Amino acid sequence: MRIELEKRASASSLFQIVSPLLALALTLLFGALMFWMLGKNPGHALYAFFIEPLLEVWSLHELAIKAAPLILIAVGLSVCYRSNNWNIGAEGQFTIGAIVGSILPVLVPQWHSPMVLPLMLIMGAIGGALFAAIPALLKTRFNTNEILVSLMLVYIAQLFLDWLVRGPWRDPKGFNFPQTISFAKEAVLPELLESGRAHWAIVFALVAAVGVWFMMRYMLKGFEVTVLGRSERAGRFAGFSSRRMVWFSMMLSGAFAGLAGISEVSGSINHLQPSISPGYGFTAIIVAFLGRLNPLGIIVSGFILALTYLGGEAAQLSIGVSDKVTRVFQGLLLFFVLSCDTLILYRIRIIFGSDRAAAEGRS
Amino acid sequence: MIEAILLTIITAATPLVIAAIGELVTERAGVLNLGVEGMMIMGAVCAFAGSYLTGSPLLGVLCGIMGGALFSLLFGFLTLTLVTNQVATGLALTILGLGLSGQIGESFVGIPGVKLQPIVFPVLSDIPFVGPLLFKQDITFYLSIALIIGVNWFLFKSRTGLKMRAIGDNHGSAHALGINVIRTRYLAVMFGGACAGLAGAQLSLVYTPQWVENMSAGRGWIALALVVFASWRPWRVFAGGYIFGAVGILQLHAQAFGIGVPSQFLSMLPYAVTIVVLIIISHNRRTTLINTPASLGKPFVPDR
Repeated sequence: MRIELEKRASASSLFQIVSPLLALALTLLFGALMFWMLGKNPGHALYAFFIEPLLEVWSLHELAIKAAPLILIAVGLSVCYRSNNWNIGAEGQFTIGAIVGSILPVLVPQWHSPMVLPLMLIMGAIGGALFAAIPALLKTRFNTNEILVSLMLVYIAQLFLDWLVRGPWRDPKGFNFPQTISFAKEAVLPELLESGRAHWAIVFALVAAVGVWFMMRYMLKGFEVTVLGRSERAGRFAGFSSRRMVWFSMMLSGAFAGLAGISEVSGSINHLQPSISPGYGFTAIIVAFLGRLNPLGIIVSGFILALTYLGGEAAQLSIGVSDKVTRVFQGLLLFFVLSCDTLILYRIRIIFGSDRAAAEGRS
Repeated sequence: MIEAILLTIITAATPLVIAAIGELVTERAGVLNLGVEGMMIMGAVCAFAGSYLTGSPLLGVLCGIMGGALFSLLFGFLTLTLVTNQVATGLALTILGLGLSGQIGESFVGIPGVKLQPIVFPVLSDIPFVGPLLFKQDITFYLSIALIIGVNWFLFKSRTGLKMRAIGDNHGSAHALGINVIRTRYLAVMFGGACAGLAGAQLSLVYTPQWVENMSAGRGWIALALVVFASWRPWRVFAGGYIFGAVGILQLHAQAFGIGVPSQFLSMLPYAVTIVVLIIISHNRRTTLINTPASLGKPFVPDR
């Protein structure tokens, strides 16, 4: 038995819609299989994982809180990946954004002013952008591989945060817990609605998604991203600079990741601590691909991946599976998304029997 | 003292060398597998499970190799048969590997493992200084040496190795010459997976004989950087592995010694050194271009 690909004359518009749905269905199927192997009732488990969190108001708020950083980061990454720049260090840019954004509330807590919060958000975005500028600088100047550099910087950023909250920034009245002082009221991102915890980060995420969608669809910059990503040579003929594109895409995604970082710290955690993210920067890679690198698709996929986090927590309590299941689900999902995307450009043929029989059959 | 430090450096360098030499073969065939970290951690958990369930660490090593190879097959199927994007698929392999290994290894957390025993060469191991370093090691160390020599011979002295390099440099021409590109690449990917699995087995059976979640701690990524550092040459992988291993160990000793630098900054060193090394190696665009397999990471669909 062999599998052969046959190129379609043009990209299948049907499968552009169907492929992510197919991937979701396959993930659920394999998820059910996994629960069954763990000795759980698959129907019950999937219900606890994917439906239960949607039934109560407070958990919808949690969904929005978790979806916000995922969407914000993934929208930035989509520009990177479309332009063929592989920033996989969003987790580090998220961390540095959180640190730089926290400078004001941690070091000048006595400054009470409505300016604090906007300044924090801007500083967070700048921090993330500058941190992402490191792989951009090294790629354009020294030709280094941005994948490896941006990933190595994740470890460095996390260790730096660890040092800050255990060392110079530790709350002196915090009973030696490794965390900074709690942010003052002016430094906390306000809640959106009366009914729960969800804060403004989700609005930032949606605005960013729509903004980037507009840029990619209607602005020359968006066209430049697509052309340079498809073919650097073609882009050069059009007078686009791939060097500048490296800077643009890396710093844009870094700024979004940094904004996500400071929003998360300011809105949800209210202080800095050694661990501020359950891997948002990496999960956002999955979000970006599940959304087919389209900002509007990313909004949907961001909520889906946020649901896997919530479902993981819920399933831990209600059916007693470990939260590791979440990571497995996320990994499976990315695999199925990538393989289903093949269907957009190719027809898949499964050929039974030997090579020769197949060759004769064709001639 | 020096002997003890050298011994720990060897233990730290061995998994890097093994994982990197596997990835080197994969990349020489033109496939960029960024899933080394994921295959490594799967190897580690499979090796621990195998050794725990059978009671034999040697069988554990075998399980690690098999685990890594089987896991890489997933990557092979997607990138070679379904022609998915290699960068994205490699990332997927790492994400899935980290999750799956955590799930599999959950019941092993906190269980003391069985350490892989050294193989002692009689007489030779009695040579002062050199003996214990080179002739009283566990099997993974000997395998790492054998792999370097073997891969070097295979790539540059054997006919199949020549074909594999041809595929990596120009898959279109290789296909036109009648070389089976896809099959060779599948084998290269699985070889890389097996090596990453062996490296993982070394982590959970020798380096720290127990199962800890995420115990690969970025070593898979460092192995990837090593291949670039080595400009795709086996002996340079060996040298690079020991340099990186030494940096990792010396910073640990510095932490224990207390030299006044916060431990977090010392822990950053291996990652920072990786970046610096990448800069030094890559800054000359021309030599990089000459050394890099020309079809690295490019999708291949045979036209029929």
